[in-house]
Amino acid sequence: MAVGNAVVDDAAVGDRPSGARRRRGGVTGRQGGVTRHNRVGYALFLPFLAVFVVTIVAPLVYAIYLSLYRDQMIGGNVFSGLANYTQALGDSLFLSGLSRVGLFLVVQVPVMLILAMLIALAIDSGRLAGAKIFRIGVFIPYAVPGVVATLMWGYLVGRQFGLAGSISADLGIGLPNFLSSGWMLATIGNVTTWEFTGYNMLIFYAALRAIPVELYEAAEVDGAGEFRKAWSIKVPALRRALVLATTFSIIGSFQLFNEPSIMQQLAPGVVSTNYTPNLYAYNLAFNGQEYNYAAAVAVVLGVVTVVLAYVVQLWTARRERVL
Amino acid sequence: MLGSRPGQRGRPGQRRNSPALTAVMTLMLIYTLLPLAWLLISSTKNTPSLFSSFGLWFGNGFHLWSNISEVFSYQNGIYLQWFGNTALYAFAGAGGSALIATLGGYSLAKYKFKGRKLLFAIVLGAISVPGTALAVPTYLLFAKWGLINTPWAVIIPSLCSPFGLYLMRVYSIDAIPDSLLEASRIDGAGELRTLRTIAMRLLAPGFVTVLLFSLVATWNNYFLPLVVLSNPRWYPLTVGLASIDAGSTGPSGGIAREVYPLVITGSLLAIIPLVVCFLFLQRFWQSGLAVGSVKQ
Repeated sequence: MAVGNAVVDDAAVGDRPSGARRRRGGVTGRQGGVTRHNRVGYALFLPFLAVFVVTIVAPLVYAIYLSLYRDQMIGGNVFSGLANYTQALGDSLFLSGLSRVGLFLVVQVPVMLILAMLIALAIDSGRLAGAKIFRIGVFIPYAVPGVVATLMWGYLVGRQFGLAGSISADLGIGLPNFLSSGWMLATIGNVTTWEFTGYNMLIFYAALRAIPVELYEAAEVDGAGEFRKAWSIKVPALRRALVLATTFSIIGSFQLFNEPSIMQQLAPGVVSTNYTPNLYAYNLAFNGQEYNYAAAVAVVLGVVTVVLAYVVQLWTARRERVL
Repeated sequence: MLGSRPGQRGRPGQRRNSPALTAVMTLMLIYTLLPLAWLLISSTKNTPSLFSSFGLWFGNGFHLWSNISEVFSYQNGIYLQWFGNTALYAFAGAGGSALIATLGGYSLAKYKFKGRKLLFAIVLGAISVPGTALAVPTYLLFAKWGLINTPWAVIIPSLCSPFGLYLMRVYSIDAIPDSLLEASRIDGAGELRTLRTIAMRLLAPGFVTVLLFSLVATWNNYFLPLVVLSNPRWYPLTVGLASIDAGSTGPSGGIAREVYPLVITGSLLAIIPLVVCFLFLQRFWQSGLAVGSVKQ
């Protein structure tokens, strides 16, 4: 019994503030053999711990270290405290990129998530002929690399030989130049929407499928109609999935790199080297050799992302938190 | 977990199909499939036909086979090399990360070792650390260790999947009853034997799911290889294709139009393996996401 409970408690660890309802006593005071088992437990976790330290902890610590130094013409690497950070926070190139992805975040993410939710509700409704085909068809762009998706859409909406070009030339309909500076962010938003709507749809769909049938039956007995059922049963069931999808979308938006970087090739001059903060950090480091400053920019970006991801968590009820 | 949830045994009252809903959803399906259809059609065109024919219909002649052979003969067959590199990175990186995440998730779920809650909390926090923040220091660290321009520079970072660990932990709690492990221990089976004969079998569906999603992450990876590789010999397909495209618009803006069929056909070939994987392994990705979004 105690073991069973420990597992259940354990399952909810992410949802509770640390310290609340912990029962340390149970861990050590059990029958013999536990210590030996636990050693095996450590051993099984060790490979993960090793790659975690090498690929995440070490680079993170190194990034923070780098960001506190400056490479100067005279004197080489010099400790500079928070100078790189104050520079970043006043750097209009960095801030304009940041506000651009901020704009992207507040427009593209809601559009994508609402679209994904509606599709999930439609597929789950049981009123769709060939639901399976829709599920796969909408999801399949997820398997296409971002680079290929961007090249494809870039060619497709480009003026030269794409569909937009064909429509403009052959059908005589004047379409805007989607690769111009006025349209570029929307075009990139379209590419990411195309790529990830299906993935998010599946997250929502999975949440809908997990609703117990009894709940619907009870609602029907109570005389609830379709919309009533959708509103009172399905939408609440989607909340946790929505938190998960929003969190991942925030992380993804702030990391925006592949799409603008490929668009830079397709429309030279439209996408600047600081178009997104990530692109800016990349160019600082690998075209400008400003590794220290690039590290500071990356750390600021990371902090902004983590803070926003946690704000989403704070907004939601505790039991629905995912992190 | 798989196919056994009550909700999957038929919804209440089979309802009639709604033509309006089907029509709206068909529009959505057209949106998702249109670019792929365009890619497929365009890969059958040569350069003049690409520029002269309507985007969504075939042009003069059928040039798919000659386009494909052009892709494979480009720069002495470097495309095939990129394909092989991608497969290597995907299988080593995704296979390794799925295995490591499975062992780790299982140990967190089924062993009560000290500090496991703290470890798990740290790993969860790491999910929201953007890869960006890590790219520059990873490059510099790998440069120090002499790993730049080797396959290891791409494989090692793909081995760590915090989200995979999270999924496998939740999955382990669900899929392996404690009583089964107790019984196996009472029968005198060692921990590793229990893991191999009982746990691994029960965890197999979760493992395949994590493998599939890691496969996508590594196959489609662009940022990391772009940073740590500069020798075209080690490029994966994504970086290779982007480099052909970058070559197509010269520094002066002069465009080598001949390159377009190459990029288009190369892109088509690059997406086929994963699309096929997803079509055949539907059971796994569809149930796998349920674990992450439903369970706590």
